[in-house]
Amino acid sequence: MTRPITLLLAALVITIPLSLLVGQVWISPFSPPVPNATAILMELRLPRAVLGLILGAGLGAAGAAMQGYLRNPLADPGLFGIAPAAALGAVLSFYTGYEVQAFTLPLFALIGGGGAMGLLALIAGRAGGIALFTLAGMMIASLAGALTSLAISLSPNPFALSEIVTWLMGALADRGWHEVRLAAPLTLVGLALLWRAAPALDALALGEAAARSLGVDPTRLLWLMIAAIGLIVGSGVAVAGMIGFVGLMVPHLIRPFTDQRPSATLIPSALAGALLLLVADCLCRIMPLKGGELRLGIALSLAGAPFFLRLLLKMRRELA
Amino acid sequence: MLEALRITIPHRLHDVTAQLRAGSVTAICGPNGAGKSTLLAALAGLITPVSGTATLQGQPVAQLLPEDRARRIGYLPQSGEVAWNLSVRTLAGLGRLPHRTSASENAQVVAQVLATLDLTDLADRPLATLSGGERARALLARVLTTQPHWILADEPLAALDLAHQRTLVHRFRALAQEGRGVVLVVHDLALAMNHADHVIVLDQGRVAAQGKPATALSEDVISQVWKLESRWLGEPGHMALAL
Repeated sequence: MTRPITLLLAALVITIPLSLLVGQVWISPFSPPVPNATAILMELRLPRAVLGLILGAGLGAAGAAMQGYLRNPLADPGLFGIAPAAALGAVLSFYTGYEVQAFTLPLFALIGGGGAMGLLALIAGRAGGIALFTLAGMMIASLAGALTSLAISLSPNPFALSEIVTWLMGALADRGWHEVRLAAPLTLVGLALLWRAAPALDALALGEAAARSLGVDPTRLLWLMIAAIGLIVGSGVAVAGMIGFVGLMVPHLIRPFTDQRPSATLIPSALAGALLLLVADCLCRIMPLKGGELRLGIALSLAGAPFFLRLLLKMRRELA
Repeated sequence: MLEALRITIPHRLHDVTAQLRAGSVTAICGPNGAGKSTLLAALAGLITPVSGTATLQGQPVAQLLPEDRARRIGYLPQSGEVAWNLSVRTLAGLGRLPHRTSASENAQVVAQVLATLDLTDLADRPLATLSGGERARALLARVLTTQPHWILADEPLAALDLAHQRTLVHRFRALAQEGRGVVLVVHDLALAMNHADHVIVLDQGRVAAQGKPATALSEDVISQVWKLESRWLGEPGHMALAL
């Protein structure tokens, strides 16, 4: 377990400073100084890199925990319906026109994510098993998706419509320290909760009955998962929009290098998620695209969909 | 002593009372749907009866703290499910979860248990590469690394060939001789007759018979519960059931 962590930490140590140099304006320590280099680095690229690291770590670890909790390698943090509900909250802030204030959009998104967490807890929180929980999450995701579409179709003006659609694509562009201050504490609390849930996730690999016989309290675990995934995914959507596939892809890439226990995949998945988001964001910045840079959410979906397909084909071969 | 005191679980168990002693092997037998697995789960504290209670040393199992209960009662479910392709060593290590002991102590216990189950050479093999018998032993290793005083196993011998059945039965006997309580759900009546110290026969959620194997598994009981005419052949300890 320590080897992948060491390698990923080394990769991050190399990638983080490099990522600060990459963008529309390249900053090279070996070339003549670029005008406003300090401002570009400190006010634009550093917060963006930090945000990418935080969100990537959260999504990677959340994916590993979700796959452990549902004992399904195809599970993703999005299955809980928290991301679509947070997106609905954010879209409503556009719809109402309140998004002009910097804190309104994240606040609406967090309210949406929090509402989904509450609804999940209400439906499946006390005695609900994992199957009921998953179905409740899918129902919330479906409902939030439908309401988001409704909000888009009733958009008050073309400008709001364009803003909504662009925001839904997910990106780290133009994010600053304000977003870092909002997402970092919530994500860190979420990660700490996942770490607390880790031994129970390991026991759950043996099935619910065996896990309970090993002292796992399923209700406590459920609450830990709702709170952790809600904080990580809700705060992520609140500051960067919808960024998918990280939670699905990263644990798969990591698992072969661990002993496969869910707890053993948590930290490497967090580090690999951070690395993936950082690298993907750099690529988005330098991708030649008319009218701006490629949206991070689109880039990850473009990479993630073939990955998901490959995974399905591999599973089909194994089952055959 | 582990006791079931007038346990009732609607549609599954009706007023079941049984006493299980440490240092012995108890077999729970009965036709499909008789309530064997339910009784085992109730004794393990995994199902709460609507009336009656399971007690361990006179204390209700349901009132034990989960980790304390886990350290004292090991439970091996019938499914044998393991979600990930863990190695034998990693699987066995999961049994240490209820203990808050150091990694080195955990590794030592795991190594000891793997050695007693003849799994040392397979320690780093992924579960997917094991045979049925090896997998059954690996699953039992997970229970034994908890070092519980009671071992409750739901059909641990199902789907094993005779040689592997024999190996595991001897292992269960050795555990009982160490002073642990061993409770097994078994379908093979000859196995229960030859290797159990005490047998509980369930029928439609009620205790049909219990006691020494020769009494609880008499031809009359088999006729009444399984609706089969049968005859025991052979000497005690090596008996076979002729149908």
